[in-house]
Amino acid sequence: MDLKIKVESLNFYYGAFQALEDIHMNVHENKITALIGPSGCGKSTFIRTLNRMNDMIEGTRVEGSILLDGENILKNETDVVDLRKRVGMVFQKPNPFPKTIYENVIYGPKRHGIKNKSQLDELVEKSLTGAALWNEVKDKLHQSALALSGGQQQRLCIARCLAMEPEVLLMDEPTSALDPIATQKIEELFEALKKKYTIVIVTHSMQQAGRISDFTGFFLNGELLEYGETDVLFTKPRDKRTEDYITGRFG
Amino acid sequence: MKSQGKAKRKVHLGEFFIEKALQLFAAISILTTIAIIFTLFQETFIFFQEVSIIEFFTSKMWTPTLHPRNFGILPLLVGTMMIALGSSIIALPLGLFTAIYLSEYAHKKVRSVVKPVLEILAGIPSIVYGFFALTFITPILQKILPQTQVFNAASASIAVGIMITPMVASLSEDAMMAVPDSIRQGAYALGSTKFEVAMKVIVPACLSSIASAFVLAISRAVGETMIVAIAAGASPTLTFNPLKSIQTMTGFMVNISLGDIQHGTIEYKTVFAVGALLFVITFMMNIVAKLIVNKYREEY
Repeated sequence: MDLKIKVESLNFYYGAFQALEDIHMNVHENKITALIGPSGCGKSTFIRTLNRMNDMIEGTRVEGSILLDGENILKNETDVVDLRKRVGMVFQKPNPFPKTIYENVIYGPKRHGIKNKSQLDELVEKSLTGAALWNEVKDKLHQSALALSGGQQQRLCIARCLAMEPEVLLMDEPTSALDPIATQKIEELFEALKKKYTIVIVTHSMQQAGRISDFTGFFLNGELLEYGETDVLFTKPRDKRTEDYITGRFG
Repeated sequence: MKSQGKAKRKVHLGEFFIEKALQLFAAISILTTIAIIFTLFQETFIFFQEVSIIEFFTSKMWTPTLHPRNFGILPLLVGTMMIALGSSIIALPLGLFTAIYLSEYAHKKVRSVVKPVLEILAGIPSIVYGFFALTFITPILQKILPQTQVFNAASASIAVGIMITPMVASLSEDAMMAVPDSIRQGAYALGSTKFEVAMKVIVPACLSSIASAFVLAISRAVGETMIVAIAAGASPTLTFNPLKSIQTMTGFMVNISLGDIQHGTIEYKTVFAVGALLFVITFMMNIVAKLIVNKYREEY
């Protein structure tokens, strides 16, 4: 199992408030790593450090290191534009641009220098197919993305990420705004996606973590309380609090 | 029980009068507008019984107070359009980039200072801009381009442009701020720079609001009076040279009303004809602005 991301001694602060405390985590290549925990436990903050999306929030501070393929992305010299090309992100609420489906998909590649029309066309088909959306939208590529259903919009956002051919996909509760059928479609997609990508997903649903992930991390009050293979963590949790949470005693 | 019922009816009666009073106020403002438009077009109608409408729109001479009288609106129309165009060249980019800076780049504290300042700028009486143009901008222009006349279209255009910039900036910024943050986050997560987020995502997302802000601003420039009356001159000559003295439709109306024109004379009626045309132009522009917003309604 190859290591993709290695997080070491990560601390994160919003002003004086410490949101993450001494996180150590190994994210494995071509695996799905799920992050669970009650609201406000730091799991979303954590996933947003992996593509430095927290940079945009004023008054935040980060310590420690996050090694992506051995290179520390928290260094000042890191080109965040380049980093975000390698580490794509899908958000909780589908957020397609108010443009056509086609324009949504080519947005990333265009920013990164691909101008050739046939190359872009190819990318659009490949990315939409990769996000299991191609068959539903291939006849209306030039219609507004906002006319799609919520589930389709979310898969479009995934396709938009795939079009950049990233190495890592970060998903911040990608199905929490969707109905069960749309959720199922996206979960089925993960199995195919992990063959090519390393996926880190924040989820509120323990069942979802259990169904789709290879590794699970349980966050509580800014600490990574327990981290390991999903099967083990769900059947034989080491910590009493993990057990309480996954059996639904709190949270 | 009885007193309670009485109190209830009193409230209803009060409500009734309040509603009627508010209706009356609404009616007064609408009726006033209708009365103004009616007067405007009535006098214009009389004017066109004396002057042919073809001459009005095709003659290249505008000398309604001098013999031989000519009633060709073209010099005034061209003058007006020159001011509108010149001020747009300044105000549209300046306003748009100010809005982009405020909405996408500026720190919250900077915005909380700059936005009110912009709104104050919008409240400066236009006569102040007029004298600013005449005593400050014109001398500078004359230094750079010595052939510039004392009264000229360029100077007035610059002043009108500065005057309408806050309006463009403020309306555009409101539209950009209305784009939800989740869309910005999505763009940043795809590896966009700040400028790409602004130009490729935010501006296109609220393009129709920005377009309508542009149209409203240009319509203000068309109707602007004091600046052009002071700085642009009073010579209704058909020219496209911005360094020369011109006259706009509004400028003419000010000039003619300042002189002692007899009620009912043809000179008197020209004011209404010019005013009616001005009204039609700005009215159409405002409708266009509304249509743009309605047709390309922004949804996120």
